[in-house]
Amino acid sequence: MAREASVSEVLLDARGIAKSFGGVQALRDVSLTIGRGEIYGLIGPNGAGKTTFFNVLTGLYSADSGEVQFDGARLDIGLPHLVTRQGIARTFQNIRLFANMSALENVMVGRHLRSHASVIGAVLRNRATRREEADIVDRAHRLLRYVGVDARANDLARHLSYGDQRRLEIARALATEPKLLALDEPAAGMNATETASLRQLVESIRADGVTVLLIEHDVKLVMGLCDRVAVLDYGEKIAEDVPDRVQRDPKVVEAYLGGALA
Amino acid sequence: MDTFIQQIVNGLVLGSIYALVALGYTMVYGILGLINFAHGEVVMVGALTALSIVKALSGSGLPGPVIALLGLMGAIPVCMALGFTIERVAYRPLRNAPRLAPLITAIGVSIVLQQVMMLGWGSTYLSFPALFSETPHSLMGAHINDLQIMIVCVAGATMAGLILLVQKTRIGRAMRAAAENPAMASLMGVNVDRIISFTFVVGSALAAVAGLMVSANYSIAHYSMGFMLGLKAFTAAVLGGIGNLAGAMLGGVLLGLIESLGSGYISDLTGGVLGSNYRDVFAFFVLILVLVLRPSGLMGEQVSERA
Amino acid sequence: MTTLEGKRRDPRVALAGTLLLAVALALAPFAVGAGAGIAWVRVIDFALLYIMLALGLNIVVGFAGLLDLGYIAFYAVGAYLYALLSSPHLAGAFPSLAPGLHWPIWAILPLGALVAGAFGVILGAPTLRLRGDYLAIVTLGFGEIIRIFMNNLNRPVNLTNGPQGITQIDPIGIGGVSFGRTLDVFGIGLPSVYLYYYLFLGATLLVVFVSIRLEDSRIGRAWVAIREDEIAAKACGINTRNIKLLAFAMGASFGGVAGGLFAGFQQFVSPESFTLMESVMVLCMVVLGGMGHIPGVIFGGILLTLLPEALRYGAGPVQTALFGKVLVPPESLRMLLFGLALILVMLYRPAGLWPSAIRRREFAGAGNSPENGAGSERE
Repeated sequence: MAREASVSEVLLDARGIAKSFGGVQALRDVSLTIGRGEIYGLIGPNGAGKTTFFNVLTGLYSADSGEVQFDGARLDIGLPHLVTRQGIARTFQNIRLFANMSALENVMVGRHLRSHASVIGAVLRNRATRREEADIVDRAHRLLRYVGVDARANDLARHLSYGDQRRLEIARALATEPKLLALDEPAAGMNATETASLRQLVESIRADGVTVLLIEHDVKLVMGLCDRVAVLDYGEKIAEDVPDRVQRDPKVVEAYLGGALA
Repeated sequence: MDTFIQQIVNGLVLGSIYALVALGYTMVYGILGLINFAHGEVVMVGALTALSIVKALSGSGLPGPVIALLGLMGAIPVCMALGFTIERVAYRPLRNAPRLAPLITAIGVSIVLQQVMMLGWGSTYLSFPALFSETPHSLMGAHINDLQIMIVCVAGATMAGLILLVQKTRIGRAMRAAAENPAMASLMGVNVDRIISFTFVVGSALAAVAGLMVSANYSIAHYSMGFMLGLKAFTAAVLGGIGNLAGAMLGGVLLGLIESLGSGYISDLTGGVLGSNYRDVFAFFVLILVLVLRPSGLMGEQVSERA
Repeated sequence: MTTLEGKRRDPRVALAGTLLLAVALALAPFAVGAGAGIAWVRVIDFALLYIMLALGLNIVVGFAGLLDLGYIAFYAVGAYLYALLSSPHLAGAFPSLAPGLHWPIWAILPLGALVAGAFGVILGAPTLRLRGDYLAIVTLGFGEIIRIFMNNLNRPVNLTNGPQGITQIDPIGIGGVSFGRTLDVFGIGLPSVYLYYYLFLGATLLVVFVSIRLEDSRIGRAWVAIREDEIAAKACGINTRNIKLLAFAMGASFGGVAGGLFAGFQQFVSPESFTLMESVMVLCMVVLGGMGHIPGVIFGGILLTLLPEALRYGAGPVQTALFGKVLVPPESLRMLLFGLALILVMLYRPAGLWPSAIRRREFAGAGNSPENGAGSERE
């Protein structure tokens, strides 16, 4: 485990990201680097700009200034589907599944950009399309098994339990074959058992070669799971280091009023 | 040159009517984020109600403006009740439904209203009696009659009243709060459901005024008149920046001018190839242009502080 | 998905069912013609045209969740295209074209699909990146604008012949067989409407086939994903703008094909046939039948074509019997019912009269193996 501040190989390098909403500066000059194979945590008090940063990174918002290098190329900020194509997949803080599609179909949608069938291919269902469809179904089932929701494959997403929905969303994100998986408060609303098994899931995802960016409120989870942690406060990065040192950083303690980290 | 002034005058008259209807769209949009497709039909119901009253009174010897006022007094409560009912029946039960659902019920409401009014008032074009002296006044080489002056003045006064209502009264503040953030407003003790009803009722009252005006202006009323008018007024609301009251007024007047000048000059501009029968096309192209170039409308920045 | 669903049933039952349906469809015009009169065969022909339209609109509204209120405009585009390319009309404006253009059907229909699809893209491109309500209003306007042009494009060059419409359109002909008159097959006289029935049935089956195949593909899944949650769809790497445009173009092209068939069938087109109410009627078929559910939409198409006919024959006499006179003319009654249906279905049965079986399957479908999984999550 690379519990070192030094980064062997940079996967994502964000430089000077700034974003404001109608006069409110949500992010100012935020820079950070995520190394390949890391589990990287992003924490901060409510309204610190975590989700805004996340949305910039995954293309949902365009940044006012700054740029992101990802895996050796410039990231197409502001175009979510291209960001996903480049290899960043995400989940949402308030789960956003396709409610009236089955769990399996949700994951199959995640294969969209890694498959190619055109209208003509879909209508004629030629050999290539059939093979591709079979592959999509097969991978989707494997991913459902991977996150542990395969028993509910044919149920509508909206009928899944809360914890299963979170896992399904992760499976859908993994279906896009990301290099970086960005999880927006995946443990929100989970009980201790669910959180523990989520932790295992995240670790096995990393073990399978996917870098993980984690936004979390649950500081214990972040400190236990992450190799490095960055702290945002009022839209600025106030710390970035291994968990032990971040925890002792007076600026961080102050930002959290001492309470959460004590 | 005097045709130009004349088209400006006609455009202003038309534009004041569009502005009144556009306000109804924009207020509802501001508070619910929903296009009230049935709003044009409310205008139509107002027009036909007013027409019946005016026709019944036109032999009574009362002066024209009084008859017009009585027509208005009759049409306004009818439209208010209608607006209230539409919101209750077609929109409120679907507030948390997918976005498509209220749009479809609104289409249903429009059709039902049209058919009901057609059964009551017939499917022919009904002529609206002349209530004002038609002797035109001369204004910088253009003609403007009493009716047109009245339309512009009443529309202006109505809009001024609306602004006072929204800016200065308790319920107006509640409307603005609900438009800003319904959840927050309800935490602050605003009864959001009541405010929404109130918004529909006020918008419908404006629609009644517009209904009387448009049928008096063209001397005609018809069960299907609401559709095109609604479409144009919506365009006006988008042009001004939907959700924005001042924008709706500006958009209405601008659209009236564009349409009036456009249909006045299209024949000259195209060497007689296209004639004024294309007048209904202008609003549509304005709509497309706005949506392409500036979807937030002319006064779009203020969209966040809607109502 | 019908084929895979069939696998789970006894294949002999499925085969027997399919054969029975095929025989019923083949004999339908004879049964209807003998039982109810040839006028009703014509009604069925129209039902087939409307099913094609409804399935086209279903792609846009049902799958992708985009409300198109001017759908009939694409039908009009297809119909006028056929009318211009297969009638003496253009010879009037361009004497050099005498005796008019008389293109064959196999050239016109694909062109109609293409042109209607192109109109769909032109209309969709500026609006599809905005919120759905804008699309609704723009399509609503577009439907009316197309009609204004049809009504007025008789000057300066007489393209559409204005409100009078275009007459003397060639009947559809395939391989020297004209569908415009009775055909003698082994001594059985097949009237024109019977011939059109088989042609339209073939076209409808093709449209059904394309719809089913599209629904059960990565493109169909992307459409539904956009309908369910556009932001999540983007995050899944779907280029939502293009996929929405594709839905719009596909739906429009179905309308273009149906329009061409309509023009050949009627041998006459005029702006009257393409009013807003026609758009609303097709929308009703989709909504009432069950948005996004192909069998439901077909059912909606049949129901709403037959209902007005039943009203035409039934409503007058019933009212006369009850009230002594006709209070509500059948045409109004039809529109009233459509309007009420739209409201009531949305309020009380938003999935339509014949919704997708996905809910039923939820309780039964736990034991599916991965092999038939692809087919089993849709029906």
